Amino acid sequence: MPEATNATDTLTITVDGKEIEARPGELLIDAAERVGIYIPRFCYHPRMRPVGMCRMCLVEIDTGRGAALQPACMAPVAPGMNVTTDSRPVVKAQDGVLEFLLVNHPLDCPVCDKGGECPLQDQTMAYGPGESRMIEEKRHFEKPIPISDLVTLDRERCILCDRCTRFAKEVAGDPLIHFLDRGGQTQVNTFPDHPFASYFSGNTVQICPVGALTATPYRFRARPWDLQQTESTCTSCSVGCRVVVDSSRNRMLRMNGVDIDPVNWSWLCDKGRFDFQAFESDDRLHGPLVRRGSELVPVRWSEALNEAASAIREGLDRSGPAGVAVLGGARLTNEAAYAWAKLTKGVIGTDHVDCQLGDGLPAEVVLGLPRATIDQACARGGTVVLLAPDLKEELPVLYLRLRHAVLEDAATVIELAPAATTSTELAAASLRHRPGEQVTVVRALLDGGPAPQGADEDGFRRAAEALRRGPVTVVIGRSSVAEGAGAVVDAAAALLAGLDEVRFLPALRRGNVHGALDMGLAPGVLPGRTALADGRDWFAGEWGAVPVEPGLDATGILRAAADGRIDTLVLLGADPIADFPDHVLAERALAGARTVIALDTFLTASSSQADVVLAAAGYGEVDGTTTNLEGRVSTLGRIVTPPGTARSDWHLAGDLARRLGADLGLESVEATWAEIERVAPSHAGVTWELLTSPEASDGVVVPLPSRLSATEVDVEGNALGGSDVSVVGGAGVPAADVQHGQAAAAAVASVAAEGGPQGEAGKAESHAHESAAAAHEDSTDVSAEERGHDDAGGVEGQDDVPVAEPPPGDRPSLLRFAPPAAEPSVPPVDRYSLRLFTTRKLYDRGTLNQQARALRGLAGRSTARVNPIELARLGVEPGGALKISSARGSLVTATLADPDVPRGAIVLGWNLDGPDPGDLIDAEAPVTDVRVETTS
Amino acid sequence: MTVTDAPRIITSRFDVADGFTIDRYEATGGYTALRRVLSMRPDEVAAEVKAASLLGRGGAGFPAGVKWGFCPPGVWPRYLVVNGDESEPGTYKDRLLMEKDPHQLIEGVLIACYAIGCAQAFLYVRGEMALAQERIAQALNEAYARGYVGRGILGSDFSVDVVLHWGAGAYIVGEETALIESLEGNRGMPRLKPPFFPAAKGLYLQPTVVNNVETLANLPWIVGHGGAAFAALGAETSRGTRLFAVSGHVKRPGVYEVEFGVTTFRDLLYSPLYGGGIRGGRALKAFIPGGASAPWFFEEHVDLPLEAGAVGKAGSMLGSGAVVVMDETTDVVKAALRLVRFFARESCGKCTPCREGTGWLEKILQRIDSGLGRPSDLDLLLDICDNISPSITWPPKQTTICPLGPSAVSPIASAVLRFRDEFEARIGAPAPVTVAVHGVAYNSKPPVEEPVGA
Repeated sequence: MPEATNATDTLTITVDGKEIEARPGELLIDAAERVGIYIPRFCYHPRMRPVGMCRMCLVEIDTGRGAALQPACMAPVAPGMNVTTDSRPVVKAQDGVLEFLLVNHPLDCPVCDKGGECPLQDQTMAYGPGESRMIEEKRHFEKPIPISDLVTLDRERCILCDRCTRFAKEVAGDPLIHFLDRGGQTQVNTFPDHPFASYFSGNTVQICPVGALTATPYRFRARPWDLQQTESTCTSCSVGCRVVVDSSRNRMLRMNGVDIDPVNWSWLCDKGRFDFQAFESDDRLHGPLVRRGSELVPVRWSEALNEAASAIREGLDRSGPAGVAVLGGARLTNEAAYAWAKLTKGVIGTDHVDCQLGDGLPAEVVLGLPRATIDQACARGGTVVLLAPDLKEELPVLYLRLRHAVLEDAATVIELAPAATTSTELAAASLRHRPGEQVTVVRALLDGGPAPQGADEDGFRRAAEALRRGPVTVVIGRSSVAEGAGAVVDAAAALLAGLDEVRFLPALRRGNVHGALDMGLAPGVLPGRTALADGRDWFAGEWGAVPVEPGLDATGILRAAADGRIDTLVLLGADPIADFPDHVLAERALAGARTVIALDTFLTASSSQADVVLAAAGYGEVDGTTTNLEGRVSTLGRIVTPPGTARSDWHLAGDLARRLGADLGLESVEATWAEIERVAPSHAGVTWELLTSPEASDGVVVPLPSRLSATEVDVEGNALGGSDVSVVGGAGVPAADVQHGQAAAAAVASVAAEGGPQGEAGKAESHAHESAAAAHEDSTDVSAEERGHDDAGGVEGQDDVPVAEPPPGDRPSLLRFAPPAAEPSVPPVDRYSLRLFTTRKLYDRGTLNQQARALRGLAGRSTARVNPIELARLGVEPGGALKISSARGSLVTATLADPDVPRGAIVLGWNLDGPDPGDLIDAEAPVTDVRVETTS
Repeated sequence: MTVTDAPRIITSRFDVADGFTIDRYEATGGYTALRRVLSMRPDEVAAEVKAASLLGRGGAGFPAGVKWGFCPPGVWPRYLVVNGDESEPGTYKDRLLMEKDPHQLIEGVLIACYAIGCAQAFLYVRGEMALAQERIAQALNEAYARGYVGRGILGSDFSVDVVLHWGAGAYIVGEETALIESLEGNRGMPRLKPPFFPAAKGLYLQPTVVNNVETLANLPWIVGHGGAAFAALGAETSRGTRLFAVSGHVKRPGVYEVEFGVTTFRDLLYSPLYGGGIRGGRALKAFIPGGASAPWFFEEHVDLPLEAGAVGKAGSMLGSGAVVVMDETTDVVKAALRLVRFFARESCGKCTPCREGTGWLEKILQRIDSGLGRPSDLDLLLDICDNISPSITWPPKQTTICPLGPSAVSPIASAVLRFRDEFEARIGAPAPVTVAVHGVAYNSKPPVEEPVGA
């Protein structure tokens, strides 16, 4: 697509007698629209190359050689261009095109899903003739035909604008729908036996200007005029695509992408688009359950909450704070995550908290590395290193952005992966390594020496060159749960040390895992990207107490629980039995904990083992904010009410705290955010007013660049954390903020000047109801139990407590990545073993995936993939069965010969139907080596 | 009658049974022009062609030498694409050139490549032309074998590879940008000019010269005899000789090479050397002077010279050189229907006005032809034409990317305006025409006197 240049110089063109400023390279159709002259169009889409097919945007353009009809979507502005959009020839031509489009278009608007939001209908109503001059029979096709599991096509309605076909080819790279036949018989269709099996097929429905493409989940569900539209953010993965949710009568019915520049450009993946269906599943939990004997039975909320609170109190009594552990939280909103962090670390006093399930990266790595934005990663001419899982499978819209960057913006991708991924074809170099040994390749690249033996020499040279060229963004994540996180952390540390200009985009997949980490739901950290050691005083002042020592991560918690050292295990939407790499350990842990409390939307493999199940509100049922992998905070819409009496997670944190004798002081989402803004160092300045202002409709990347003090700039002068020029320009905070009574912008300035929230009288007033604990408590190490007793019954008195004084001391500095002292030793793989590597697919056995009707059938089966040479060595026919054994367990699986898998490795799909690699993995081992044998 | 004694420049081997073989070609002076070219500078060759004032023979009639000059200097690689997708009804001259004298074309390709500076030529031959494909392929193999094509041609440092590409049966691929799309492996759909002028952004977005088969077939003679000798033939802007494919109701349909610019339609239709008069001695009703997309001419036009400027001024074009003759027995409703059906079926489907408009026009004409016409239909037909080609004028304006849509307008406007009475007879009622039509030929009135020599 022609990019408007960033040059500040503009040129002047005349449109309908009015002189307007346009950017060089800009298309006329865009330049005119910017000044309020809308030129009608059907085929033009700002995110795709113009084709000038529909001819609706014909206008008269005079560049000095006389006026001629030309499509405005194909005409770049030129100095002195004189454009007429409303002359008689233009109107005649446009009316003619409209009439032509209707020649074969069935007038079935009353039964068409698009009716009411159809550009063709709208323009016909506005400008079209009242009656058709066409009396002949229209073109006929069989209607509608399914072109994939999710999309149906009515070729009679199609106006052949080339939007869907262009999207499939240009944007998604899945050229599976095409024009077939010719002239009036031209149709969009798939080739026989090649369905439109694209992860992005739903976008074609969104951009179809008529009702030709419809999504099966939405067909005949609603009329557009009955829909209520709410902007929100998708939380299916951590890309954080901006969406608009259409609902009617308290039901979510449809989700469409919103075009925001820094993230999704209006695109969504099909999983994100359709998995909201899961939340109206009949299997949703409608109210709390408590275990009575072997049964989970419905009880009243007071009973369930009392039981949960007493379980926590008993745990505290028996083993102290270390007897309570909390797993999960990536499903939560930022506000709920903060509430739970405050409850677990401030009230209960345990640091055994982990929002990841042994399948991510250590919190201090994610929070401490200099963060990139998607725009920085996809910058023109940049270098992107993929030390990450298959992006198309896990973070699909990030894959689209990266694909665009490579194809249109000359970005260079270097992939380090044990086996080929969907990103391999985008990569200038895809370097193979044995699972767990990526740091070896990284070191060799940075050394500038020759390629290691057996490596792709050309690719290695290209990769080393691109790294030297910079700027470099490293997309970092856990490609495989069969190896520990150490391998990728070492590689990241080597890149950080070895490159001048490098930023990291953490490719963790769960919806709000980044928000949960920012809010402190991980061992050793506190809200605001603060290390426990650094923030202890500050937060003790705020919360009254914080844990003394860093706690255990998910693996440690589950190990401790399995060993009987955890009395109360809280699952915050976590399903370790399904998601933790080591299934054996997860099962033993749930059995080993005395009491398991689960907050969940469904009864999962894990929550069905719990003793108390608290029904939680799901997506679209709570408002608040979420944080994406860039650190971009954006708002979530509350669209429907939760089923039954299900409650929001932040509410439940408050409920439990009260029963433990504390008051979180978090009475609303806004109040919670205000406290986050005040106490979390990385979130300072990001006020609720800013987040909800029109200027921040793209979200706000934290920390604000203006908030980064000298101490938070690394040695090369790079600000830590992403910066987002589109929201936070030179002014720092949008002007709208200044209008708010509490003078948020002024407060921001004062905070910046004073290095802390002290002295903000106005702000403090707005937090009058918060930090009750801080007001009452000045001791930093009072145990939760003690405070529980002190504060029992204190809820009533909240209104009378004096204004909380800000805690003493300086705002703690942001966490910095420290390279691990020792590398985990990866044992050499012996000749008789293969090293296991797991891959994920977009559609899997995940709860939402299985509960969403439209997606349920799309999950594939897991098959082992092995290099054909290895198969021959083992004497196994491709397709034959293999028995795979590790020290932990064994399974039998079919095999596929795949030359893209390096020798010595074996690839198994994770969380798919079929054999489950979770039976083989020991979460505490750095790698998983398996023996294979034929079953016969 | 002015049948000139101009030499047969490109049909000299048409009557030789083995004119397509390399031996015969070499024996009759073949590949001497290539040898000569190799001793010249490329710009000298281009100047010679420019001096010849050779108009492109594909339809648009743009001067070939000027076209070559449009390639931006210093941009490499550049390509030569030979348009052999001759598909317009009544046009069959390029097919004969490829069947009867393929080496002449290949030599022309090599000369053009030398002049333009390209090392890669693509020869796109219409899918249905089986014999032409066979002969071209055989000739190319022979030429490679004797060192005329390939690396280091005839011991020089000039190298050209020629790629043969067979079309898949689409008229639209005769349009140069659609041909380029097709060559690239895409669906044959035209690209918008600008920005996709082939000379600047053509095949694989590189500078590309697209020339017609007949245009290139002239080059060996022009190089051999000098551009001035070529330009000495003909008149006005139309120089040299040119092929006309005469078909329809004439006694001797066929392809004739005549001196361009001076020979008249009367010569072409009535001379015993050429068309030989109207079949059965009947009267002329109308004729299409330059392919199915040209506005029709009538008896008052027969004395016009075959000269691009004069024919253009009279409201039509010589186009692809296809002259289709309709005698007095012709049913113009059926004729218009037949022509419009061709365009409706060949519309690529890209632009709405052409895709939907041509099909709608066909349906209306079909209805009129079957006796179900309405008095309002003629105005409707013309208004639809106006929406495809604003003002219905000549040369046509268009609401489409390429001229295929407006091509369907020509036969309708010609037939309806000249033979409204026949349409009304079919409709069975007076059918007023109120839509303004601006083309000169559409509005031409029959002469009061009987034309001489009819």
